[in-house]
Formats: sequence, structure tokens, C-alpha cells
Amino acid sequence: MAEMSIAEALRQAIREEMARDPRVFCIGEDIGIKGGFGGAFTVTLGLSEEFGHERILDTPISEAGIVGVAIGAAMAGLRPIADVQYGDFLFCAMDQLANQAAKMTYMSGGTVKVPMVMRAPVGATSRGPQHAQSLEAFFTHIPGLKVLAPSTAYDAKGLLKSAVRDDNPVLIFEHKLLYGSKGPRSERGALSPIGEVPDEEYLVPIGEGIIRREGSDVTVVGKLLTMYRALAAAERLAQEGIEAEVIDPRTLVPLDKELILESVRKTGRLVIVEEDNLTGGWAADVAAIVAEEAFFWLDAPIKRVSAPDTPAPFAPVMEQFYVPSVERVIEAVKSLF
Amino acid sequence: MPNPEVPLLDMYRTMLTIRRFEERCNYLFMQGRIPSTLHLYIGQEAVATGVCAHLRADDYLLSTHRPHGHAIAKGVAPGAIMAELFAKSTGCCKAKGGSMHVGDIQVGMFPAIAIVGANIPIAAGVGLAAKRLGTDRVAVSFFGEGAANEGAFHEGMNMAAIWDLPVVYVCENNLYAASTPVSVSFKIENIADRAAAYGMPGVVVDGNDVEAVYQVAGEAVARAHRGEGPTLIECKTYRLCGHSRSDPRTYRSKEEEAMWETKDPILRLGERLKEMDLATDETLAAIEQEVTALIDEAVAFAEESPLPEPTETLNHVFSLEDQEG
Repeated sequence: MAEMSIAEALRQAIREEMARDPRVFCIGEDIGIKGGFGGAFTVTLGLSEEFGHERILDTPISEAGIVGVAIGAAMAGLRPIADVQYGDFLFCAMDQLANQAAKMTYMSGGTVKVPMVMRAPVGATSRGPQHAQSLEAFFTHIPGLKVLAPSTAYDAKGLLKSAVRDDNPVLIFEHKLLYGSKGPRSERGALSPIGEVPDEEYLVPIGEGIIRREGSDVTVVGKLLTMYRALAAAERLAQEGIEAEVIDPRTLVPLDKELILESVRKTGRLVIVEEDNLTGGWAADVAAIVAEEAFFWLDAPIKRVSAPDTPAPFAPVMEQFYVPSVERVIEAVKSLF
Repeated sequence: MPNPEVPLLDMYRTMLTIRRFEERCNYLFMQGRIPSTLHLYIGQEAVATGVCAHLRADDYLLSTHRPHGHAIAKGVAPGAIMAELFAKSTGCCKAKGGSMHVGDIQVGMFPAIAIVGANIPIAAGVGLAAKRLGTDRVAVSFFGEGAANEGAFHEGMNMAAIWDLPVVYVCENNLYAASTPVSVSFKIENIADRAAAYGMPGVVVDGNDVEAVYQVAGEAVARAHRGEGPTLIECKTYRLCGHSRSDPRTYRSKEEEAMWETKDPILRLGERLKEMDLATDETLAAIEQEVTALIDEAVAFAEESPLPEPTETLNHVFSLEDQEG
């Protein structure tokens, strides 16, 4: 066992997959430049020295180009791990992701595959509205893409390795406040979800959620940073006699619906916490699934705790208002009793 | 003296196959036997044919919303293309793509990409894989002149150039992006001039002269094989038909169309073949018959093929061979 931050766990996953399979390579901005950053959040730091610049391929600032090249390389036999500095930049490559990567297999009648990974950091970190968004919901809406959101070092490593081996385009969203709180590119206010990661090889299967805390009174679903907010809320609620079950879906597409439904059938109450904007968000979809499939087990309305329908503000005091807090989760849970 | 290395007669057959295929598509569409819309390639046959004559089955081709000609020239079975247009389960995309997405990876053609310019960076990626996997395959990206004003053109051309990727970019300048003439969209005369901005050669060629296209494409493919990187070829041509279904072409003059009809690439090649004593009227008539039979067969195959099950909608969203070996 080794103790690792998520950034280290992701780096280890990339290192292992590149060593295992010569077809795997990384492509992105600032990922391998000597003396550079190793990606915006150090995930690929040092890898170009190990694997060379051909396999840690630095690109111009061309997001549509990066994704397009990754798609083409995947279609013709390589297994790219593409990288953009901030998830917000994926909008520059939206045609390539939504029209090309997602639809190529379908349009070919299943004869062409696009085994690529797209890594993207999300989450508000005092950088203002264009370096802050949580984009997961956009991509869960596009058939043909798998969407991952790991919140621990163990899952980050195991899911990234599974993504590299998957024959489909897989987006993996990483939260900027979860990479780790040490190092030259660490974020102020970052959590340090240092986790134990086994020395031996393992994979975390795509499509399986996990119960982070068992409880019988209310189900709280959270992903990435909001999973930690949900856990903190659960600890405080327990002091008041409310036992919350905290579920981390880990994979958003395909979603482990059954895990959430089973929990709701047990607890009768559901709160979904996410950092995305409320309207059209992923939480709305989870709420709809539960309303359709577990309505008669519900003892109270379903509650969503999300960011308001505004861009992410810059001022730290406003950002704290914007990102769902532990207090807001507690308040939402209490409103159901 | 004719150069026996240049497969002029084969290219004539391919061009005529494309022409007759497209004419038949148009006829079937007018009769209501083909659903959806059609973007026909009539008039541009020399481009696909002259370029693809250099490609092996394992070389890659990326196409556009106007892909039938590229598909035929690359060797996709006409019956499988026609069945796709008929929305039949035997279509080359299993009726998931339709006219704008025909392709068959068995002969190196990816499903055509119908978002203008989007195949340009993808072709660079395909070239990157061909290079990294140690093959000598090349990737050819066809696109219209309209694509040269997309951002994807800039990003993709630059990346192909900086990494010396084995890609041949073929811009088919047919003078109109739908109804918009080049004069509205370009300050420059030649799109090939933009190649200089990426540090790659740019070549202008008469796209209605298959020998000229063949010559230029051969040099670009050879350059790609030598590891010297991509080339941008601009083929000046003209669509002797509308942009898509029921296009009355009121945005261009009858005189202009008549002028381009005199440059019809198939008529020109026919004359040239006779001039060079490579064919007689009888030879050309025999090819015509052969092609007609091929198209009849393709239509019969399409008509006899079954429609897909409606629930087939649900398949192939994801590749099923999930864990590769």
C-alpha cells in the first residue's frame, strides 16, 4: 500500500498503462515541456522524461485539434489520453466530442471504435466564470460517451486504467480541489484526499457506484467535491441522530442506478448534491430516475443542492455562496424530516 | 507517348461509375425511393478518382457530407452505398448513417464526417497513428473550400505540419459553399496559399483534369510516405449539379454552368483517351455498359435488402469489444 494524492494516483495510472501498452500516449497542452508544469495540475509531471516527447505529446493551444487528433489516432489504432488544462476549454472542442467521438461508432454500424480518454479538471477555485465550471451534465446527455467522476485516489487510479482499456470515448472529470494540497501547483483551500492505493495492479470497473457511509434515514448522493461535503454533513447530522447514507456514483455514464434506488428504498429520502448549476443538471436526472422508479418508497420530496443558475463568481465570499456547502446539505436533509 | 504507369482507363471507369451512380441516385430520389437529402458529386469526379488511384485499401480516407464519389473511388461496394441510401440493413453503415456518412473501414474509409472541416484534425490523428504504428499508410482528407474557413482547418493543418504527419489534404474548391460564392468568403484567389502559413507545400491544380490531379496527388502521397509531412492540394472544380436536393441553382448563371459543362472531366478524359489511342468509341461504350450493369446491380441489391428492425436504433451506441486484449 502507498499513500497517494489523486494527482499522484492519476500519474501512476498513466505510467502503468503506458508501460503496459505501447499504443497508449498522452496528448495535451503543457504536459511534457521540460521545466514546465506537467499539465495544469502536475498529473503528467516527469512522464516525458520516462516515456519521451513522442508519447507525452505537447500541443499548440488548439483544443479542437487536440480532441480531433486524439479521435483520429484512436480510430486508427492508438489509445490516446487527451488533456485540457481546464474543463471549460472542452467547449472549444465540443464538435469533436459531441459530433465526432460520440457518434463515430454508431455511424459506422459498430465497425469503427474510438478508444480515447479525455481528462478535464472541473470545479470553482477563485478563477472566475471561465475556469470554474462543472461540466459533467453536458456530457452525460450525449449518447456514445462514458463519463467518470472519481473522488478518491484509489478510484482515480483504478478508473483511469479502466478508461484507457475501454474501447469507447471516456471522459474523466477531476476536481481541482481534490488533486492534493501539496506541491507547486496546489490550490488554496484544497482538500487532501490522500488515500491508500495498493501496490499491485487493480482496476475499478466503469459503471459501479459505492456507498461511502452507511445510514438508514436519508440517502445523500454526491460526486467529486460534493461527495466530501455530503460526508461532512453526514457526520454532523449523526450527532443530531440522523443517519445519512452517502453514495458516490463514481461513474455517471453508465450510471449505477440500482445502488441509488436500493438505498432510497431503504431510507425513503433523497438529497442530491452537485456543484453544477441547478437547471438541466445531473441532479435533475437522478431525481427523475428515483421519482419514476422508487416513488412509492419516498417519504418526502427529493431535494437538490446545487450551484445557483449563475456563472461561477470570482470573489471567494461569493464562490463560497455558489458552491454547495456542508451547511446547505444539512439544511436540505433536515427539511425532509 | 502515353505513360503506361498512369491508369487512365481505370480512372475513366471509376469516374463514369461515380457519375452514373449519382445520376441514378438523383433519379431514385426524385421518384421518392431514397429518403432524406442528397449531396451529389457530379462534375467533381476527377478529384476523388485522381487522388484515390494512388491509395491502397489500407490507406485511410476521410470524407464530407458529399461522400459518394470518394467512397466509390476508394473501393466501397456500390451496392453497400446504395443500400445505405435506401436505409436498408445491408447499407455500409447498417442504415445508421445515411448518405452523409457512407464509408467502410474494410477498404480504409471511415464513416464520412458531415460537419464542415471536422475531418481535418481527425485526419491528422489518423496520420499520427499510421506513423507511430510504424506503417507506411497515408491519410487523405477531402473537404470543400468552405471548410477552409473553419477553425478546425487551422488547428488540424497546423498540427499535421508541426509533426510531419503523412496526410494529404485535398481541398475541392467547387466555387460555392452551398449558395455562397468564394468571392464572398475569401479575400485570396488560391486557398492553397494558406499552406505556407503552416509550413507545408500548397499546390493548385485543375480539378477537372484527372491526369493533373493524379500527378499532383502522386507527389503528395510520395512526400507523405517519405516522412516529409502533409501537403495541401487545391483542386479547382465545379459541381455540375445543385448543392443538395431541389436546389434550383438560382445563385449562379446559366452561362457559367454552360462554360463548366464544356470542362466536364469525363468528356475530357474520353477525348484524351481516344487522342492517345488508348480507347475507341467502342471501348468507351463497352465501359458505359459495364458501369450501367454495375449500377443496376447495386440498385437491385438495395431494393431487395430488408429494412432494419426499428429496435436496431439501440445498438452500436458503444463499441462492445470493451476490454481489448
